[in-house]
Amino acid sequence: MKPVTLLVGTRKGAWILRSDSSREQFELSGPHRLGEMVHHFVQDPRDGGTLLMATRTGHLGPTVLRSSDGGRTWIEASKPPAFDKATDGERTRSVDHVFWLTAGHPGQAGTWYAGTSPQGLFRSIDGGDTWQGVRGLNNHPDLDTWTGGEKDGTPDGPKLHSVLVDPRDPERLYFGMSSGGTFESRDAGETWRPLNRGVAMDFAPPGDYEFGHDPHCVVQHPADPDRLYQQNHCGIYRLDRPSDTWVRIGDNMPKDVGDIGFPIVAHPRDPDTVWVFPMDGTSVWPRTTVGGKPAVFRTSDAGATWVRQARGFPSDQAWWTVMRQAMSADRGEPVGLYLGTTQGEIWASVDAGDTWRCLVRHLPRIFSLEVA
Amino acid sequence: MIRVNIPSHLDSYTGGERDLGAEGKTLAEILSHLDERFPGIRFRIIDEQDQLRAHIKLFINQDMATTLEDVVGEEDVVTVTAALSGG
Repeated sequence: MKPVTLLVGTRKGAWILRSDSSREQFELSGPHRLGEMVHHFVQDPRDGGTLLMATRTGHLGPTVLRSSDGGRTWIEASKPPAFDKATDGERTRSVDHVFWLTAGHPGQAGTWYAGTSPQGLFRSIDGGDTWQGVRGLNNHPDLDTWTGGEKDGTPDGPKLHSVLVDPRDPERLYFGMSSGGTFESRDAGETWRPLNRGVAMDFAPPGDYEFGHDPHCVVQHPADPDRLYQQNHCGIYRLDRPSDTWVRIGDNMPKDVGDIGFPIVAHPRDPDTVWVFPMDGTSVWPRTTVGGKPAVFRTSDAGATWVRQARGFPSDQAWWTVMRQAMSADRGEPVGLYLGTTQGEIWASVDAGDTWRCLVRHLPRIFSLEVA
Repeated sequence: MIRVNIPSHLDSYTGGERDLGAEGKTLAEILSHLDERFPGIRFRIIDEQDQLRAHIKLFINQDMATTLEDVVGEEDVVTVTAALSGG
């Protein structure tokens, strides 16, 4: 098969991991941009070559970099994502970091979307050089109500993530906000509506809520764009459009594991198959592996049943976790799965999750791991 | 020409040079002038609301600046520092 290239974004720079055609041998190169916080590092699927990276440092403001020579040289955006300057009386908002990058529709070369912390959505139509706010969201009068303000977010800042572009229609977009919930637009971002019916909000008083939820990762299945899955702060869900009610498929996970986690990864060809990496979301939310025993769980029947896949992982005392952008699948047969840990390790399975082996150790905390 | 010293964090914008000359009567004008010469440098230290980023400080000689409108004299030295920001 075609060799696999993995793009690794970490707390202190980026690396590239390339396989041979059998996925047996992997070679690590880098670092790129050593010392910079690389929240997301992706390749343009439309040209198969351009790389984009969302980065900042501990001191300096956020920006987006791009490379057209495999990472040898990087060009900074001449106009990085930034909110409009506030006028008198308006609440001021500044982008702390660019958290998420998504290539636009296959028919719109050069279009990209960026999600930020605090929650904002930006678009570039020139390959990532200049970014404009999607005003239908960033200037929406209800945005603060939807998100609960900047206090109501993840420990390292509230985020907009999981920007999804329907492969059949460039006007149809989805995203997730932590917090805020999942939202949908059918007019390229001019208007948005919440899409959270059926999703629990255990951190709020009992009741049904239209927004304010905490999706951790939302995917549109590549084999069936009418099927969405999400790993939420409060469970694992599936949504089959045109329905707008999510079904909690995480209720079918083993009760001693639960259905809390960050990533969810779709099989490239089978819409009934996804993988998750559960974490401990009990008590004070340690956000580690459950019981110190790393395990991936796979469903092959759209969430009716789940299978534990832990062969090769440490059997005990491994307390890492996997962030929402740090787990991905290739298009091989069988599918290859890859995950990067908060302890700087990269693990791979080239048999669809049945067995795992550690490819790389000793990297910084891994924020993102994407198949190029 | 006013002297401006920048931290190593920013020298990728200036070709490695950390002792710069700039023009302007206020810090805001000086930073705008620097950004014309080294595009992008201002946004890395000043956000879109014209606020200093959390771990950046500006000094005029030995005095920490309080606003970007602080006045800078021809003989003054402006120093941009990257304060401690943890691991």
